[in-house]
Amino acid sequence: MIEIRNVSKWYGQTQVLNGASTHVAKGEVVVVCGPSGSGKSTLIKCVNGLEAFTQGTITVDGISVGDPKTDLSRLRARVGMVFQHFELFPHMSVLQNLALAQVKVLGRSQEEAAARGAALLDRVGLRDHAAKFPGQLSGGQQQRVAIARALAMDPICMLFDEPTSALDPEMIGEVLDVMVELAQEGMTMMVVTHEMGFARRVAHRVAFMDHGEIVEDAPTAQFFEAPASERAKTFLSRILHH
Amino acid sequence: MGEFDFTVWGPSLPFIRDGLLFTLRLTLIAMTGGIVIGTLLALARLSPIVPLSRLAGAYVDLMRSIPLVLVILWFFLVIPYLTGAPVGAETSAVITFTAFEAAFYCEIMRSGIQSVPRGQLDAARALGLKPAQTLLHVILPQALRNMLPVLLTQTIVLFQDTSLVYAIGAKDMLKAADVVGKNYNRPVEMIVLSALIYFAICFGLSLAVKALQKRVAIIR
Repeated sequence: MIEIRNVSKWYGQTQVLNGASTHVAKGEVVVVCGPSGSGKSTLIKCVNGLEAFTQGTITVDGISVGDPKTDLSRLRARVGMVFQHFELFPHMSVLQNLALAQVKVLGRSQEEAAARGAALLDRVGLRDHAAKFPGQLSGGQQQRVAIARALAMDPICMLFDEPTSALDPEMIGEVLDVMVELAQEGMTMMVVTHEMGFARRVAHRVAFMDHGEIVEDAPTAQFFEAPASERAKTFLSRILHH
Repeated sequence: MGEFDFTVWGPSLPFIRDGLLFTLRLTLIAMTGGIVIGTLLALARLSPIVPLSRLAGAYVDLMRSIPLVLVILWFFLVIPYLTGAPVGAETSAVITFTAFEAAFYCEIMRSGIQSVPRGQLDAARALGLKPAQTLLHVILPQALRNMLPVLLTQTIVLFQDTSLVYAIGAKDMLKAADVVGKNYNRPVEMIVLSALIYFAICFGLSLAVKALQKRVAIIR
């Protein structure tokens, strides 16, 4: 579904991605982890072309993201994305947030979009909040709305960019629950996160990044029990022992 | 002249009303046109296309560096050359104010657009919205809302500045007061009256902006 081959990216003189390669098969969940500044967020934003990359190729469902001929808007409409800071539209109600792209991009009617939105709000446990504005919701609730907003487009895969990093600890669980459920239903997911518990539970593979490189890309059990690289060992010991 | 005689206010009212209507119409048209053109200018200034951005920047800098009264006179004298026919003081005033205010609204809209976090743009693009849709449904509504109090304050300034059309003889409220004052030989009384009306309207609008600011702050 997602193929990332030898992707490099420079910001001026600084190299932020260095020959990164990995893939996510249909129905697979891949967690991308690594220290901050390792290029995880940049890499995941390259997948739907929010960030341009300098070298290498990325294809999503066979469509080349870096090809200037690709209609990126059309591709993005099929790839769901959830951001660290939720990025709900603050001037619209929750239901309007869910309906906007369904109507403007997919051409659904207002009624259709509202019905689909309501069903998804129900699913993430926020049925009663449809008329509220994002500012009236907690962070955990906002992030669940953001997931529902992405799902409303019936995406072929989902990208999560540190979806729980901006949340208070007591709200992380409610967001992870939604994500676990999604994974168990067979959604193709690429998830940048520090939540190693989530990775252990649902990830098929873990890709470990450092300094713009994918240092290790291994099945989940192998990654946690016997990481091959020193860098991954150090990272795991830091993140798991506190 | 002797004592003040405010009885002149009575017979002046129909003239003042007509003048005020023109002043208000001029303000509304210049505000609407100014915000629309100003927003387009702001988009041009923020555009990655360098010549476009430079051109818009030059226009804004030019308009902001010349006294309004000169722009009013200059338009009034130049437009007939361009169109081949005199357009009249009122039409000239409308065009001038729209063009002039656009430069100021441009800077307000530019900071409004820049006040919308980058993540909002990413979120809109990630949903598959096209650039124009992103602008129309996500960026501009937030920019307008963030800037609403400043936009309205600028409009109050615009309302006061319309009195400068006096320079080309357009019949705004101040001109009406001036004419009546001369006819009845009561210029001071008429100036006091127009000052009171300007004050009442501007002060009322300021209060309204403050109230609105509070409401916008709560919604956020």
